[in-house]
Amino acid sequence: MDFEKLHREESGRILSTLIGLLGDFDLAEEMLQEAYATAIQKWPADGVPANPRAWLVSTARNKAIDRLRRDRCFDTKRDEIARYAESTVQPDTDATDEMFPDDRLRLIFTCCHPALPTEAQVALTLQTVCGVTTEEISRAFLIPLATMAQRLVRAKRKIRDAGIPYRIPSQDDLRDRLEAVLLVVYLIFNEGYLASRGDALIRRELCAEAIRLGRVLCQLLPQQPEAQALLALMLLHDSRRDARVSSQGELVLLEEQDRSLWHREQIKEGTGLTESALRSGAAGAYAVQASIAALHANAKTPMDTDWRQIAGLYDILLRDNPSPVIEVNRAVAVAMGRSLEEGLALLDELEKRGALAEFHVLPTARADLLRRLGRNGEAADAYRQALALATNDVERRFLRGALAKIES
Amino acid sequence: MQFLLLIYDTEANFLNMTPEQVGAMYQEYGKFTQEITAAGKHRAGGQLKPISSASTVRVRHGKRVVTDGPFAETKEQLGGYYLVEAADLDDAIAMAGKIPSARTGSIEVRPLWVHEARADSAKG
Repeated sequence: MDFEKLHREESGRILSTLIGLLGDFDLAEEMLQEAYATAIQKWPADGVPANPRAWLVSTARNKAIDRLRRDRCFDTKRDEIARYAESTVQPDTDATDEMFPDDRLRLIFTCCHPALPTEAQVALTLQTVCGVTTEEISRAFLIPLATMAQRLVRAKRKIRDAGIPYRIPSQDDLRDRLEAVLLVVYLIFNEGYLASRGDALIRRELCAEAIRLGRVLCQLLPQQPEAQALLALMLLHDSRRDARVSSQGELVLLEEQDRSLWHREQIKEGTGLTESALRSGAAGAYAVQASIAALHANAKTPMDTDWRQIAGLYDILLRDNPSPVIEVNRAVAVAMGRSLEEGLALLDELEKRGALAEFHVLPTARADLLRRLGRNGEAADAYRQALALATNDVERRFLRGALAKIES
Repeated sequence: MQFLLLIYDTEANFLNMTPEQVGAMYQEYGKFTQEITAAGKHRAGGQLKPISSASTVRVRHGKRVVTDGPFAETKEQLGGYYLVEAADLDDAIAMAGKIPSARTGSIEVRPLWVHEARADSAKG
């Protein structure tokens, strides 16, 4: 029995059920740890139960009942919990899934409650829903362990003290609350996908966890096209994971990537999900982004990229979410699809407006278009400007390389 | 006339008190509450949970926005209050979002301690 794997795959579901039964995050976590300890002791000798998940839930619940009985603290709430949990007692070995509800949605919505700070929502979701340890989370986000532990303790305390309910939001609130959940999932994915700091293996794990969460959401909320679209977007980005970084750890631009390294199955699944999300009507921001990603992923060569359609999709995205970064992306699509000069003019206009003055994104894009136009002197200036603003090591190496190439 | 007496103090000091000190303070509060109750002057009162349990609700462009933490801007002034009974935070947030000033200002949502017997004396 691989206990680590069991924990990763099942702890979210088990914990969600236990929190539902016991009404207390800390008690549920503690009892689950004790149930694991019992399993590690018993299973090698007695054999693995028919349903390990249900066994762990019922064992943890029984331990909670024992604990509550022992404490007998004249606490009416706890008496109530014990009575409720007792009423469903069955022998551990016969425990089946039907005895216990899958409460993961309740857990996800509680962890992603807007009354919690966003970084706490992210950490709490990883810890409770995905079964990632506090230590792993702290390493992934390069935050000291004590700080991360404190963040999680505070979040759980706020859930308890402020009365954040353990519930799937009402129909009225579902849309807004789902938006918050999807943002948390996307933040987890991006931390793994975009961050160039930290351990590559841990970042890979974060992407995998985000995709797993996306799948859980699609399974539990099948009628939500934006959940489908987010899963599609993540699958499509992630399909390039082996091509976007060279063996020396350098970033490889989309047009220079070896497309045979892209994961075809993932592209197929992501494209299918994108189409299904688009068919459902009102396309949200994730569906538009997934469509752009699908157009890139399905182009056999960089030349085959449908830049005009991509520019049109950026128009839609801009209409609903005005942002200078999206304007830069749109300008690049215009440059590639219509004319380099037209794209460059859009970037120059952005620069004149003083947009993104502190980020390297705009000069990097300008440098690339100037280079394509053969205006190497101006391109070199723009690369230098980008270098002065870039903070990320991988990007700085990329920019230095690009600068060296046109200066040679 | 009616007056609202707002109690400001350093939260950390309270959290660092010994159980004896806390007991003594509650006793003093109880005594004060009894005094004003006996004088027929007590209307309502309660102890807020720590500031870490606070949330802020605003309605902007027709959309309700909930954030973690207390109301933190200084250009707006405390203009009123509601003490409400809510099933949970979501219920309280829903009510807060319907307060007219949520559209122009901010509604700070703070849970109260509900002490059983002891708090009843504090509440009067």
